[in-house]
Formats: sequence, C-alpha cells, structure tokens
Amino acid sequence: MASISPAPADVRPAAKAETVVVTRAVTKHYGAVHAVDGVDLEIVRGELFGLIGHNGAGKSTLFKMMLGLIPLTSGEILIDNASVSGSGFRAVRRKIGYLPENVVLYENLTGLETLQFFSRLKGAPLQDCAPALERVGLAHAARRRVREYSKGMRQRLGFAQALLGRPQILFLDEPTTGLDPEAIRGFYAILRRLRAEGVTVVLTSHILAEIQERVDRLAIMAAGKVQAIGSVQALREQMDLPLWFDIRIASTHLDAVRSALGHLPVSAIEARDDHVAVQCRREAKMAVLEALAALGGKVLDLHVREPSLEDVFFGFSD
Amino acid sequence: MEFRQIGIIAGKEFWDRIRNRWVLAVALVFTVFALAIAYFGGAQQGAVGFRSIEFTIASLVSLVIYLIPLIALILGFDAIVGERERGSLDLLLSMPITRFELLLGKYLGLAAALAFSTVAGFGLVAVVLSTQLNLAALLHYFGFMLSSVLLGMAFLSLAVMVSVFATDRTRASGMAIALWFFFVLVFDLLLLGALVVSGGHYGGEIFPYLLLANPADVFRILNIFTLDDVRTLYGLATVFPRALADPWLLGLVMFAWIAAPLGIATWRFRK
Repeated sequence: MASISPAPADVRPAAKAETVVVTRAVTKHYGAVHAVDGVDLEIVRGELFGLIGHNGAGKSTLFKMMLGLIPLTSGEILIDNASVSGSGFRAVRRKIGYLPENVVLYENLTGLETLQFFSRLKGAPLQDCAPALERVGLAHAARRRVREYSKGMRQRLGFAQALLGRPQILFLDEPTTGLDPEAIRGFYAILRRLRAEGVTVVLTSHILAEIQERVDRLAIMAAGKVQAIGSVQALREQMDLPLWFDIRIASTHLDAVRSALGHLPVSAIEARDDHVAVQCRREAKMAVLEALAALGGKVLDLHVREPSLEDVFFGFSD
Repeated sequence: MEFRQIGIIAGKEFWDRIRNRWVLAVALVFTVFALAIAYFGGAQQGAVGFRSIEFTIASLVSLVIYLIPLIALILGFDAIVGERERGSLDLLLSMPITRFELLLGKYLGLAAALAFSTVAGFGLVAVVLSTQLNLAALLHYFGFMLSSVLLGMAFLSLAVMVSVFATDRTRASGMAIALWFFFVLVFDLLLLGALVVSGGHYGGEIFPYLLLANPADVFRILNIFTLDDVRTLYGLATVFPRALADPWLLGLVMFAWIAAPLGIATWRFRK
C-alpha cells in the first residue's frame, strides 16, 4: 500500500472559478476528541463535490458546521462569502438546501403540507410545492400522511424539501439511503441538471462505487482530517496504486507470455490455464502494453483493471 | 427578529394541537369539571345546585391549581428536546430562522392552544351560567379565566425551559413532573414548615411575599385574596398585606414568571 502523502497536492480547483464553500483550518473538539481537525476545503460554483469517510471520520460534524448548526472550535467557514457564525448568514440560508442524514419529517403532516411548511420558512412560493413533489415522483402521495410513507418515499420527500426555493448550494448527507437503483438514477439525473444550472452540490456517501462515477471532486476524511482531495483520477494517481492486466491467451503460449513479461518491472504475475493476471505500477503500463502487442496473435483478449475508489479510499483512510 | 418566521412556527404548533384534538379534549375536561363544581360543589353541605360565583371560583381554583400546571408541563416539556431526539431539529435550524424565533414560535403556538382550550372550556360554562350571574359575578369569573390562562402560560414557559435543558425526552418528562411536585405540592409545605420552625418570630412579614416565588400561589392569591368577602371569610384581612391584593401587581409578577424561564431557555438554546 502506498504511503499517504502528507499534504494533498491538488487542493485548489481552477483559479478563476468562483469559490462558494471555503473552510479554513476548521476544527471541532469535544473535550479530548478531535472530531474535525484542521480542515481546509474550497468548493467552486457548479461543482458536484463528494465527502467520503468511515463512520466517525468527521464528515457529518463538518457538514453541520458548514450549515452553522454547531459552533466551530476554531477556524473559519465561508458560504457564499458569508461567515457561518456571522449575523448575515440568515440571508445565505435562503440559498441553501439541506437534506440531513436519515431525514426525519413530521409524521402528522401530508407530503404536500410538509413542503408547504418548509416553503413558508424559506420564503419560497407555495405553488412550487406540488411540482417539487412531482419532480421526485411523489405526486400520487401528496395528500397522504408522512407516517404512511416508506423509507424511500421519506428520503425523496426530504430531497424535494431541499430543492424548495431554488437553492444555489445543496448539502446532501447520505442522500441515496433507502432509494432503489432506479430512484438513485433519477436522483443523480436531477443533480446533473442542477449542476448545469450552476448549483453547487456537496454530498456525502458511503456507497463509493455510486459516487465514483458522478462527482467532480471528492475529499476523503479520516480521523477528523482530509486525507486526500481531488478528482477520482487525480486521487488514483496520487495514491499510485498498482493496476492489473487480465490477459487471455491460448494455453499453449503460456511460457512465451511469461518470459515476455518477466523482464518488465511488474510486481506480480499469476498464470492459470489460458489466463494471466499481471500487476504493475502505473509508469510500467505502456511498457507492458508494448510487450503484449509484440506477442501478436498469442494474446486473445485484454482487460485493464484500474484501482477502484474503494482501493483509493482504503489506501487513504486506513 | 422576523415575526413572520415566529408566526409560521407558532401556526404549525397551534394547528397540530387543533388537528389531533388536543384542544378539544382539554376544553371538554375544563367544561365538565367547571360544571360539576358549579352544580355539585356544595353537595357536602347537603345542597345541590348553583350557589354563588365566589364559592364556585374558590372550588375551581383548588382544582385548576393542580390541573393547569400539569397540562401545561405535559404540553411543553418536549417542545425542543422532542425535535432534537426525533432528529428534525437540525433541518429546522438549517432554515432561515434564529434559535430565538424558533423557541418563541413554539412557545406562542403552544400557549395559543392552551389559552384557547382554557377560554373555550371555562367560557362555555359562563354561557351556561349566564342567566344566573350578574355583571359583577361575570367579571369575577372572567378574572378567574384570565388568571387561569396566565397560570398556564407561566408553567408552559417553565416546560419549554425544561425542553431546552434536558438531553432527552425521558429526562425532560422527569424534570417536568419534578417541577409540578415542587410548585404545586411541596412549596407551600416548605414555607409553612419554615414558618413553624422559626416559631413565627422571623420573617413573618416577608412570608406572604415569598408566595410570589411560586406562580401557582400567585394564581391562588389573584383569585382568592382579591375577593373582599373571601378575605374576610378566611379571617385573612388583617394579616395579609394590602399590596398583595393588587391584581395589577400580581399580574405583573405572573408576566415575570412567563418571561424569565423563556429568557433562560433562550440563553441556553443559543449556547
């Protein structure tokens, strides 16, 4: 396993983009426990930013501090250039949509009444409530009480709530919990449309494979610190995790293939019948490909396995 | 401060209590008790039927002084801690609303529900009795209703304070019950005990003023000792300071009992 680089290399997005969320040396201490410990982040407008980490890594605490729900021990958080602890933050709240983890809504209200209540608090137009329900596929349940809703329906209602008042910044804590695969696809389709409109989305997820294909950048948190930050590709390169070649050959050529690869800087070769798996570092990738090309018809098929986000994640958080 | 946000929270709390028939149930309890006391309050003396408004109010006071604090404490003890424990508080606080606005909105909505029940429940009785009451009697009864509302507000304020301090609902309910025991059952005994132990030599003059440290006692004084004939009846006219028979002063003390716990709750909630 590669060593964790002490200072994440690419922490800053492209220089010209407008930063919407800034955290500077943010810490939160509960007695001796350092829940969040010196976090620096910059998230730009229109970015889909993922925050991942194990339970207790500090991501929910960081989230709550970004929303001004709990005070910072030290450091500073700016949302849309306003300090979360300042008096001007009320105006910023109107531009924020928030979906808490395991959202809890009022059981005695109907879906529509729930949205109307939060709409009033946000000062958003009430006539947007019914379309918001439709957007998340709950139009049929608008007049049913939340206590009759399934887990997935509650999550969708919570998401509709977060979209009220056309927020400029969305904070979504584990937003796809309880959603079926089709609903998850619909959810990310909405996020993509919002991003195209310039909405900034910050989300947490523990389903790494799901987030991997969808976020622009992500930060990996462990022990209250950001261990790594960047695009999935940048993190893979930063980690310098080995990749695998899965090669199918005619079984009679096994020895030829073995000897062709043997002099290359590969870290492992596993051969079995008509199958050879080769592990190598990223910088040896082209050399391996050239050697395989030279073997001509002896190679029947080839597949390159890049390290997954899981590999990257465990590399940084362990 | 945005009054709109306070109104939205208060409106939700009030309509929640209307919809789940809490207001109706409490109003019915008040009506039934008040009617029973008005007509059967003198049964021990061998008479059944409405006697006088003074005796009806005196009997109602001894009932209401137990009942309203209990109802108010039950109504408000989980106002904040309930939201926190269910997990809906974070979402509420992420809205463009301050903690003070949320707290005040909750209090005002619940207070409106309790006041509405009290006025509707006892008011219905006034309507029933109206043919047998003259204007002075009606005014007395109206004063009783108003002081009942204030009593409810004071204990609701204490309940909301408990709901901010408590870490979970179970503890909040325990604290609420403890407050009820203290103010309704224990406080007067403690005062009496202190008076007896000191042999009446010390503090005899300040003793009546110590009653102001208990909203339930303020309510009792408001209703009993501001009535001249009742004061004479109990033989208290001589020992009771005139100042404490001033309804305006007592009303002011009641408002202090409403404002102070809310103030402390706000201070704590902001931390």
